[in-house]
This record gives sequence, C-alpha cells and structure tokens, in this order.
Amino acid sequence: MIPDDLLYARTHEWARVEDGEAVIGITHFAQEQLGDLTYVELPEVGQKLAQGEEMGSVESVKAASEIYSPVTGEVIAVNEELADNPGLINEDPYGEGWMVRVRLAGDPEDLLEAPDYERLLEEESH
Amino acid sequence: MSALKETPLSGWHAAHGAKMVDFAGWSMPVQYEGIIKEHEHTRKEAAIFDICHMGEFLLSGKGALAALDGIVTHNLATLGAGKCRYGFMLNEQGGVLDDLIVYCLGGDDYMLVVNGACEESDFAWIASRLPGGLSLRNVSAETAKIDLQGPRSLEALEKALGAKWGHLKYFNFERSSFDGAPMIVSRTGYTGELGYELYLPWGKAQALWERLAAVDFVKPVGLGARDTLRLELGYPLYGQDLDTAHTPVEAGYGFLMGKETPFVGKDALADVREKLVPLEIDGRRSARHGDIVLTAGGRECGVVTSGVFSPSLGHSVALAYVKAEFAERETFVVKGQRAELPARRSELPFYKGGTARAKTA
Repeated sequence: MIPDDLLYARTHEWARVEDGEAVIGITHFAQEQLGDLTYVELPEVGQKLAQGEEMGSVESVKAASEIYSPVTGEVIAVNEELADNPGLINEDPYGEGWMVRVRLAGDPEDLLEAPDYERLLEEESH
Repeated sequence: MSALKETPLSGWHAAHGAKMVDFAGWSMPVQYEGIIKEHEHTRKEAAIFDICHMGEFLLSGKGALAALDGIVTHNLATLGAGKCRYGFMLNEQGGVLDDLIVYCLGGDDYMLVVNGACEESDFAWIASRLPGGLSLRNVSAETAKIDLQGPRSLEALEKALGAKWGHLKYFNFERSSFDGAPMIVSRTGYTGELGYELYLPWGKAQALWERLAAVDFVKPVGLGARDTLRLELGYPLYGQDLDTAHTPVEAGYGFLMGKETPFVGKDALADVREKLVPLEIDGRRSARHGDIVLTAGGRECGVVTSGVFSPSLGHSVALAYVKAEFAERETFVVKGQRAELPARRSELPFYKGGTARAKTA
C-alpha cells in the first residue's frame, strides 16, 4: 500500500521525483481517511509552488481538506480528469489519481522514505 | 469516555469491513465499500441499514388516542389501524422536540418511533403529559430496526421471508413474524425508494439481517449514504434541519399542521421568522452545515443546515434556514469555507426518480 519509489510528506502527500520533475498526489491513507472524493481544487499550469504551502483542496462526502505541496517548483501539468472524476484518487491514488506535475526548483527537503512514512501512519493510528 | 452502545449488528458490521463511528453514543457503520457506491446501489438495487439506535415507545390504554393527540402534530383521528404517519412533537414555543412516526396498532395501541438521540427526553416529555391510567413503555432496548430500501426491496423481502408483500401500500404496515418472534413490516423509509422498515426483537436482528444480506443483489449500507440519500429527497435530519429553534412550518411542513384539535405548540405556529429553503449549487463543491447564506447582493440572510454533493444529480444540494423576508428570492450565495458558491432556490425533492410510492400490486 506504500510504494517504496515515492517520497512522502507528513501531511500525506506523495511525490515521485525524476529528472528534475515531480509528480504529486495524496496517499492511500489520505484518501481512505477522507472517503469518496467529490471535488478537487488544483493549482493551474504555470503556478509556482513552495514546499509546505497550500496548493489546493479536496472535498469528500463528509469532509474537506487542504493539500500542501511536498515540493518547490512550477506546475507544468495538471490531471484534468480529476475535475469530473475525483473518484480516481480513491481508486488509484498513486497512479490515475495523480494531481500535478512540477518542474523542481531545488531538491525537496525533509520528505519521508516509505519505511518512515509507514512508521508515521502506525503512530497516527494509535 | 463511556463505552459506545452497540446494536445487535455492531459485531457483524466490523467483521464485514465497515468503518465504525460514534453516532449519538452508538457504534454505527458509516460506510462499507464507499458512500457513493452504496448510495448508487440503493438507488438501483436494494440495501439494508442498521437503524437499531432509533427509539420505539408503546402507548396503550383507554383514551390513548385523545392523550397522544394533544402531544403530537399528527392527525390521529384519521389514522386507522395498520397505518402510520409522519409528524412532529413540539414544545410550547412551537419548536421541534423531535420528528417521529406514529403507528396505529389498533384499538388503543400506538407505537411511536423517535430519533435515538431524543429517546430519553421524548419519553420524559410524553410521560409527563399523559393522564393516569395509560401505559407508556420504552421498548427501544429490546426492539431492533432494519431498513430495507431500494427499487428491488420488495423482491428482496419476498425472497428473504418467503411470503408475498406486494399488497402493502406506502405508509401502511402489518404485524407479521420472523423465526417465531413478532415482527412489524412497515412500508416506509428515509431514502425516497421503495422500501420497508422492519421492527423485531433485538435477539432476532442478526438472523434477519443475514437472511436479507444473503439475497444476491442486497448490500449493507452505512449511515453516510443514508444521509446523502435522504438529503437528495430533502428529508430533514433532526439536530440539523429540525431543532427547537424552528417550527415545522418554518421547516416546510405547514401542510401537515392542519389538525383542528389542539396540540402542544400549535398556537405558536403563526410566527414564521425563517424558512428552510432548498438550494441547488452548480458544480461539485459542497455547501456545509454552518455555512452562511447571503443574498445575491451580499447581505447575510441565513445558514446552511445540511449540504452535500448529490451523487444522483452530479451537483451539490443544500438546505438552509433563510430569514422569511428573503426566503422567496431565486438566487443566493453560500459563503463556503474556501469559496463563495452561487446557489439558486429549488423545489423538493431534489431527486425526482424515487420509487417510494411505486404501485406494487
């Protein structure tokens, strides 16, 4: 459930960092906590993101939650499918449910590797 | 923290993958496979809901009709045996203490079905207003309630019970039996679909639940979808859309207040300060309980009581109490937590495809 090729923020976003770019989404744990998603608000292409700052939000039937960017950089692509089908995030949070692609401005700092993120989830569930 | 109360089905839910939550002091399933899938399944097939947390009272004795008639808004004079009716119990100021269904069991016997969270206060309120000689019993702790809802619920009921039930009409019920124990089969519900509410002894609930769940197109559904289903119809939820600060007339139920005989709160109903207005919002973003409602011109005029993304309609719907002088406006703005949402006044039900009134015989 926790892919080991990704980096994780303590606020439950993930980043797949490759060749100076990162794809960003929310984790399986996050989507499971929220339940069926009904709305996603994402940044636009060209927007500058700073690590740790709010980049959008998600709403589910029962709750709403902010999404914080796990990286610093410029948005170069947005998953347009999510506008009409936010359920993709529930079904496939690390694949079809990706949110944005970012051209990195510097390396992200203090993100967790999979085993550390797994430990964080264990702590949160106690 | 005191332990949560458990229904006879709490263990079954947890063992079948339900996400359990504290609902008014009860451990209840909010969802199994997901609220939207469960919602859609109920609209298309058939679903079972554990509603054992609701309260049931039995009232009997000579003069029960007249006594109860003065306590609830229901017109009991026209409620024959085998029929049930929706209505309210009010305080002296006309505020809603609870919404409830009254069942006429025949003769001087009635069953009242009340909200779980109101059970104790309702019982005390009614008991203190009954004349001597009547018997009022709180049978909530021994009475289980399972709701079977959905267009295929009749088919499911007949398969599970091995008997014909197509003759039963909307808001009618029959006393029957299950596994040697008495059971009430009531053609009522909270989803807008054809459906049945089944009342039986606590100890028989799991056997009936499993019998229903074994029907191949029946799925267990949690309280999350129960809420989205009821809101698509505009059915109010006590504690959100109904409360002691508002009268049933303000909640949109003036048409049920025509009883000629007196009842507690009746004289306070003429004063209409706010109205519960159904709102539709374009897009998927939802208004939420507590959001402020503005006029199109930006003046504060009300507050959202319930709001959700409607899976059947594909956009958001909400109920909001709006000051009476603004309630007839066509357009509003809901001040959501993150955005202002343009809203327009709608009519209930939001979702018009419900099968609740379907002819089944």
